[in-house]
Amino acid sequence: MGNLLSLTTFIPLLGAVILAIFLRGDDADAQRNAKWVALATTAATFIVSLFIIGQFDPSNPEFQMVEEAAWLLGLQYKMGVDGISVLFVMLTTFLMPIVIGACWKVDVRVKEYMIAFLVLETLMLGVFMALDLVLFYLFFEAGLIPMFLIIGIWGGANRIYASFKFFLYTFLGSVLMLVAMVAMFSQAGTTDIPTLMAFDFGSEDFTILGVQIVGGMQTLLWIAFFASFAVKMPMWPVHTWLPDAHVQAPTAGSVVLAAILLKMGGYGFLRFSLPMFPVGSEVMGPLVLWLSAIAIVYTSLVALVQQDMKKLIAYSSVAHMGFVTMGIFAVNQQGLDGAIFQMISHGFIAGALFLCVGVIYDRMHTREIEAYGGLVNRMPAYALVFLFFTMANVGLPGTSGFVGEFLTLVGVFQVNTWVAAIAATGVILSAAYALWLYRRVVMGDLIKESLKTIKDMDGRERLMFTPLVVMTLLLGVYPSLVTDIIGPSVSALIGEYDVALSAYEASTMVAENGAGE
Amino acid sequence: MISADIQVVLPEILLACYAMLALLVAVYTSKDDLASTLTWLTAGVFLAFAVWIGINGVGTDTAFSGMFVEDAFARFAKITILISAAIVLLMSEGYMAERGLLRFEYPVLIALAVVGMMVMVSAGDLMVLYMGLELQSLALYVVASLRRDSIKSTEAGLKYFVLGALSSGLLLYGASLVYGFAGTTLFTGIILAVSDGASIGLLFGLVFLLTGFAFKVSAAPFHMWTPDVYEGSPTPVTAFFATAPKVAAMALFARVVFDAFGGIIGDWQQIVAFLSVVSVFVGSIAAIGQRDIKRLMAYSSIAHMGFALMGLAAGTALGVQAMLIYMVIYVTMNIGTFAVILGMHRDGKPTTDIDMLKGYSSREPLMAFVLLVMMFSLAGVPPLLGFFGKFYVLRAAYDAGLGWLAIAGVVASVIGAFYYLRIVYYVYFAERDDGAAGRLPPVLWTAAVVSTVIVALAWVPGINLFGLEPFAAEAALTLVN
Repeated sequence: MGNLLSLTTFIPLLGAVILAIFLRGDDADAQRNAKWVALATTAATFIVSLFIIGQFDPSNPEFQMVEEAAWLLGLQYKMGVDGISVLFVMLTTFLMPIVIGACWKVDVRVKEYMIAFLVLETLMLGVFMALDLVLFYLFFEAGLIPMFLIIGIWGGANRIYASFKFFLYTFLGSVLMLVAMVAMFSQAGTTDIPTLMAFDFGSEDFTILGVQIVGGMQTLLWIAFFASFAVKMPMWPVHTWLPDAHVQAPTAGSVVLAAILLKMGGYGFLRFSLPMFPVGSEVMGPLVLWLSAIAIVYTSLVALVQQDMKKLIAYSSVAHMGFVTMGIFAVNQQGLDGAIFQMISHGFIAGALFLCVGVIYDRMHTREIEAYGGLVNRMPAYALVFLFFTMANVGLPGTSGFVGEFLTLVGVFQVNTWVAAIAATGVILSAAYALWLYRRVVMGDLIKESLKTIKDMDGRERLMFTPLVVMTLLLGVYPSLVTDIIGPSVSALIGEYDVALSAYEASTMVAENGAGE
Repeated sequence: MISADIQVVLPEILLACYAMLALLVAVYTSKDDLASTLTWLTAGVFLAFAVWIGINGVGTDTAFSGMFVEDAFARFAKITILISAAIVLLMSEGYMAERGLLRFEYPVLIALAVVGMMVMVSAGDLMVLYMGLELQSLALYVVASLRRDSIKSTEAGLKYFVLGALSSGLLLYGASLVYGFAGTTLFTGIILAVSDGASIGLLFGLVFLLTGFAFKVSAAPFHMWTPDVYEGSPTPVTAFFATAPKVAAMALFARVVFDAFGGIIGDWQQIVAFLSVVSVFVGSIAAIGQRDIKRLMAYSSIAHMGFALMGLAAGTALGVQAMLIYMVIYVTMNIGTFAVILGMHRDGKPTTDIDMLKGYSSREPLMAFVLLVMMFSLAGVPPLLGFFGKFYVLRAAYDAGLGWLAIAGVVASVIGAFYYLRIVYYVYFAERDDGAAGRLPPVLWTAAVVSTVIVALAWVPGINLFGLEPFAAEAALTLVN
């Protein structure tokens, strides 16, 4: 099959079109049909995507299964996967059926809701497979539209504010990236991502308005891309849209946001910032390391004082993303492996935690921590699952959360001991807020009158959590599953990065010596 | 000699003859009873002319010793003008009939305006330029005040007339300065006169000419008439203002700066870049407070003209190509949006209050979706067509060394995104029981759905803007080389 990637990407869109055209009415039957069609579509996408991982050759660091077609303005439609992207593709297709499962209780505009998620899946898959700058931007930005609608239509009480903030924040970040892409297109004459990775963007210093730009063009381009990915990630201090968006989004929206959309930022750093602008990354890297360290400690502290469960988990997501950016800009094998691992594992864990909140929100319609307590008495199965993911979130050895955090810390330790030391305190803080949350919600006596009749998880909910538990455990005890696939691509990336950097250092040495003589 | 000249101007002559004939026939027969037929007929004639020009036109012809130019650029602009005018004319029929505004003069005036536009884009001489411009403007002044019993419509017409006359005056003054210092009104002569730099008098003339054009394309800071005229005119007329005349004025702008002043790009580039950056910001910021969707579209068009001017400011063939593609995309988006606006009814009466759009999605799901696509496209969010228009002009501007302009443009587009999102918010997030509703008549429905499909899918690899790109490239090359 020559077009497996396109096929995988557009199956969900096809499902959305079928829903839009053929499903009529808004009664209970139509709603049920919409959900089943969406579930079948996402399941089919997952099954087809298994062929991708099946055909994928981990020992080959090049892009595989590449598809090409001519497009407008000398652009091209080009798709492909390598070791870095293939797991994100799998993560997306794996999680989407669970996300659809999480929408099962929705009963307003169900058809549109399902269409929004299916379109979103196509766009997310496209982001991870696109091998053309503009095509990537297309998928990356287009994802804002369904997410804007998901938050705005099906969100909570303050959804309008959250949806506008989400949209405008991320839009502002990405238009700067668009200008940078135009600049790259103009300089390199192509938007082909593999070619651009090999292209050497200018790194001679120059001054703009009296400010000396070290690393020249590369630094400017790096900053423009950073503006977009840092917002998407999100990194401190541009993370403030995330808690709002998470709190107001419906459960399924939160899961997608935390598990997949946030990963686009990290993926962007790996795909663009490091390989295309090595000098820019080297110049700005220390800044990112420190921002990450601040993010980890600061947002963990903020998470401690939250009254709203979703907000708490949202802040914990920002902290965990701090580990990712830190690992990426350590630029060594452990750091990058750890960052990718952390993103994958966070996809399962954060997704599951939002689902956990969703389970009790569906029953009590509040996310206030105060409103709960002693759930273990009536919901033992729930208490067990919640405990498992709380521990995974804390980074308990044996769960996937531990591997990612440990690897990134090892990676950063080699580069900057102080940052590693500060970030390590975040591990302690995460235990504090996560366990305290668990204590307040689940433990203790069941004294709240309203909770006396609460029911434990039903079959659908158990079914949703099972694959997540399995994956978290599996990756925790057998991390080579991931690192074997990403390893060759990551080491190739680091190799090229080091070559580019030593060339740059040699040239600056020559320049300095030349100036000295 | 003369017959060869006539051959070149034949489409304009025939269309003018058609307009006058239609006028005579209608006056001497049944007057307004004929209006509906005449509207359809005129639209058909427009489309026939578009096809004719498209099939027949090859290479570059000039007539009357260079006063009238027929080249790929003119053809591209003419076809765009004719098709968009035809579609808007068809869209207006139902609305005008319902409100008792469907007079037979309406299609005739539109036809005359279109003749003026066709002359404008083919002008090779300042006099021809002025004739075309005035023919277009006079016809438009009248259609703006078509609703004689409405104070707002009359005000719109008067305002349009006074400010239009002012801009024509500025333009004439510039033209006379150029004539005085270059010794000729022919573009081919002017470009020779500026071949080794422009004298200060010529520069003054150029600035006045550009000011006049800025009025016509409604670029800030000469945009003040736009919101009032858009709001006051009957909605179909507003839709017309937003499409064909903008294309014509922009094409004329390009024609003059390249054909007559192509040798001194540096001199006008900074002016056009300034107009562009002010327009995108004024259009984006001022639209935020609007309560009337027609006024909002007016500011939106100001911002979009800013982006089109960004392509022009590049001063390259790629820039002109980007501008042409941007205009076509802009027209498509406006046709779709105005189709929905024309269909907004409340208690059987048309409304343009944005507040009435609340809860529109639960009453008219399909039209709400059209509006959703159009708004995101106008905001420039990929993968919709509006994004590709922006991408073209950004590319052109950056290549020409106007990186700052590109950055300013995208920042303004984020500000602009806010008010487009607000429409989506009204349509999808807010609830209201007594808002706008009502099924769209078939013509509007078709226009809305077809333009939505185009805006949503025309970029798909394989369709590639229906092969528009090579035509725009050819048109740009004939103008710039």
